[in-house]
Amino acid sequence: MIGGGRIGRGRRTISRLAWTRRIVPAVLACGWLAILALGAEAQDGNESFEIGLSTSTISISSDFTGARLVVFGALDNADSRLLRQQRYDIVVVLAGPRRPVVVREKERTFGLWINRGSETFESVPASYALAATRPLADIARKELRERLSLGIDDLQLTNVPARVAGGPPVAGGSAAVAEIQPNVGLAERRAIAAGRPPETAAVDAYAEALKRIRERKGLYNQSVGAVQFVSPTLFRADLQLPADLPTGTHTARAYLFRSGVFIRESSEPLYVRKSGFESYIDDMATRYGVLYGIAAVLLAIFTGWFGRLVFKRD
Amino acid sequence: MNLYLPIAEISLNVFVLVGMGAAVGFISGLFGVGGGFLITPLLIFYNIPPAVAVATGANQVIAASFSGALAHYRRGTVDLKLGTVLLIGGLFGSVGGVLLFTLLRRLGQLDLVVSLLYVVFLGGIGGLMLVESVQSMLRSRSQGSGEVRRPGQHSWVHGLPLKMRFHRSKLYVSVIPVLVLGALIGLLAGIMGVGGGFIAVPAMIYLLRVPTSVVIGTSLFQIIFTAAATTILQAATNRTVDVVLAFLLMLGGVVGAQFGTEAGRKLRGDQLRALLAVLVLAVGLRLGFELVVTPVEPYTITLPTGETG
Repeated sequence: MIGGGRIGRGRRTISRLAWTRRIVPAVLACGWLAILALGAEAQDGNESFEIGLSTSTISISSDFTGARLVVFGALDNADSRLLRQQRYDIVVVLAGPRRPVVVREKERTFGLWINRGSETFESVPASYALAATRPLADIARKELRERLSLGIDDLQLTNVPARVAGGPPVAGGSAAVAEIQPNVGLAERRAIAAGRPPETAAVDAYAEALKRIRERKGLYNQSVGAVQFVSPTLFRADLQLPADLPTGTHTARAYLFRSGVFIRESSEPLYVRKSGFESYIDDMATRYGVLYGIAAVLLAIFTGWFGRLVFKRD
Repeated sequence: MNLYLPIAEISLNVFVLVGMGAAVGFISGLFGVGGGFLITPLLIFYNIPPAVAVATGANQVIAASFSGALAHYRRGTVDLKLGTVLLIGGLFGSVGGVLLFTLLRRLGQLDLVVSLLYVVFLGGIGGLMLVESVQSMLRSRSQGSGEVRRPGQHSWVHGLPLKMRFHRSKLYVSVIPVLVLGALIGLLAGIMGVGGGFIAVPAMIYLLRVPTSVVIGTSLFQIIFTAAATTILQAATNRTVDVVLAFLLMLGGVVGAQFGTEAGRKLRGDQLRALLAVLVLAVGLRLGFELVVTPVEPYTITLPTGETG
């Protein structure tokens, strides 16, 4: 089970037991907190760990072409021997606002490439920038990275049961197969439905594709070595933010590891909003759609008339 | 010089956008098409979300066609009566088109339907026009004006009831095909973000037998209103009209349209038709090619409403 998500499996359990709809998430959340608390407690970390951002708000104005965010952090009460041996690792993540998305898969049908399969992810960060002291594989085990949803490869995306084009949703009683399978690609789904074992390993092709596309667009990126200790107790992380940085509330979160063990985390919100003229236009378009449309038409007519006046060639 | 576009939510080069507008504006003035069928694919190619490209394309088309229509009006090559009847049909079509656009986007099949429509209409119309105009050019090499219209020749369209006289187009024809044509143009305008000129122009020439000179002005007149209706409907339902982007395109577009109109007067009717046919065919073929060829990335990401995520 890769990428499909621990949380995804949780959701399917919920849909089967409708009465626990409210209780299960709470239990899950408690369990999650307990894990975090345990993780921190078990390692009796005396280390205190705080971060601060170079800015709390990023304003997107007309000349916005991306930005650099510096995350500063202080690590106090660290074991100086371990510190010298560079046994402490820090990972800093800036995750964009979570939004639902649909990933669709094209398949050749009668010679044409048509969207056939799709998978809905209920909560996907719109952007994801990560900086780490060392490669993630050297910092923590895979299982821990998955639990913390750390790194692009192990980022957990909440998804809903798969759907094959034309067929009923693969949820509920009829599709026991889908209950235990992650959302795999169309070819694998058909193989499963026909009772054959899928030819390729059951990875969530849709989640992989989502990450691949966003990485290529620069919305998801991670860089090793971008977190540096400037003094034994002070570190800084440089995160590069793309030109099409999504607006909304982002969360900067730093994770502290000691010899491969997760110690604690610290987070700060970052607000990204359009400013000045851009925010005014956006606001108008959202709140007064019809008036905005009429204004756009009038602007076009005026420009057309004015252009004719100035550049008349006959 | 880059500028952040508030609705498209992306930062792009101003000069590239103005230049794009100018190139399309020139073609728009030359052929009497709004240029939407060119600007929309161009914007998508330049990383603008397709939904924004479609709606904003419609907005920019208004400016180019208004500018072009004014030029034609001065020259007396606009049939206001014919244009108005086309429009009445067109408004109904626009509403249907925008509703269909929203539905298809939710189903994730908008891109497919748009591409198929482009391929079918552009390929069909382009092919027919090319054959006809080349024949006409060959014929008129010896004599003639390069006009489609020949006295005494009637198609089935002329046999329909509810006839109406259109003086400027020298036409006496039933309003039914005119209304249906208008509705079809409006429907396509809503889905494809085009003014429908590339359909209106050949349909008026070949089905209604309107003289080519009047066709262009009338088509531009009609496009202003269809595109305006589409812009307002898209702004109200999908909030995908980016005025800043549209304004940059218009700036280039109005200048290009004036030069295009001037260039258009130096060409003969059949030459114009042949050029437009080649252009229409090229866009159609390119889109058809994309449907058939194996995509580099078979997966796409959208929001549940169908907007690009």
